[in-house]
Amino acid sequence: MQAASSIGTSLDFFLFVSFALFTIGAIGAMTRKNMIVLLMCIELMLNAVNLMLVTFSTYYGNGDAQIFVFFTMVVAAAEATVGLSIIIMAYRNLKSIDIDMYNKLKN
Amino acid sequence: MSLQIISIILGSLTLASALMVVLSKHPIRSVIYLVVTFFFITSMYIMMNAQFLAIVNMIVYAGAIMVLFLFVLMLLNLNKEMEPMNAKGAQIAAFIAGGSLFLVLITALKDTLILGQTYRQQDNSIGLVKELGNLLFTKYVVAFELTSILFIAAMVGAILLAKREKQIIE
Repeated sequence: MQAASSIGTSLDFFLFVSFALFTIGAIGAMTRKNMIVLLMCIELMLNAVNLMLVTFSTYYGNGDAQIFVFFTMVVAAAEATVGLSIIIMAYRNLKSIDIDMYNKLKN
Repeated sequence: MSLQIISIILGSLTLASALMVVLSKHPIRSVIYLVVTFFFITSMYIMMNAQFLAIVNMIVYAGAIMVLFLFVLMLLNLNKEMEPMNAKGAQIAAFIAGGSLFLVLITALKDTLILGQTYRQQDNSIGLVKELGNLLFTKYVVAFELTSILFIAAMVGAILLAKREKQIIE
């Protein structure tokens, strides 16, 4: 068992990947203008956080964080459903899903 | 040692496909690359022996949510490349902001205890369905039941939002 535990991948690698995924999602949310791609970047950031929670849960040997990841996935499913229906409604009104067309609150 | 090589390959493929989500022009390609990214994240869950979350991630994310995205893209009929990119200055500012965020996160990682640790072999069974099911139906049962209310609210909201107006039918 000891020999088996020494060949495992180090956990900071997963943390590095999760940080990089979060950064990529944030950059995408700042640069893109398509509303669906924005929603996908948000999903990417949510998955980065999920990966980090699972990494810490594995490190501390505690299952509570994995339950939390499960609830995050549930909320993400609900959020994607409502967000996509909002996008459909917005497309019916203005025939565009460009985020710059929806700046009416600005004035 | 071979596990480390596999994990490095998987991590770089994950980051490459995540970059392609952001960089590809067409939204459908973004959705496909996002599915690929979710598959790689699922493989990382399997490497950390979080089997339940791996299965749920594959079914719920790569299966259900991404098919929903594809259906909406198909309904919207975006046949032309209608997306203008942001101004160059805003893009450069976004990349600088994201890069500094990444630097801060990596610097925070530098002095932590987790550095160089492998996962503990003795409590390796926390990610299995049995352990998580025990936890979910005893300690977190109230939250689990409240989830159903959230789903009903989301379902009703989605139907109400996406419904056509009445005068079109008349």
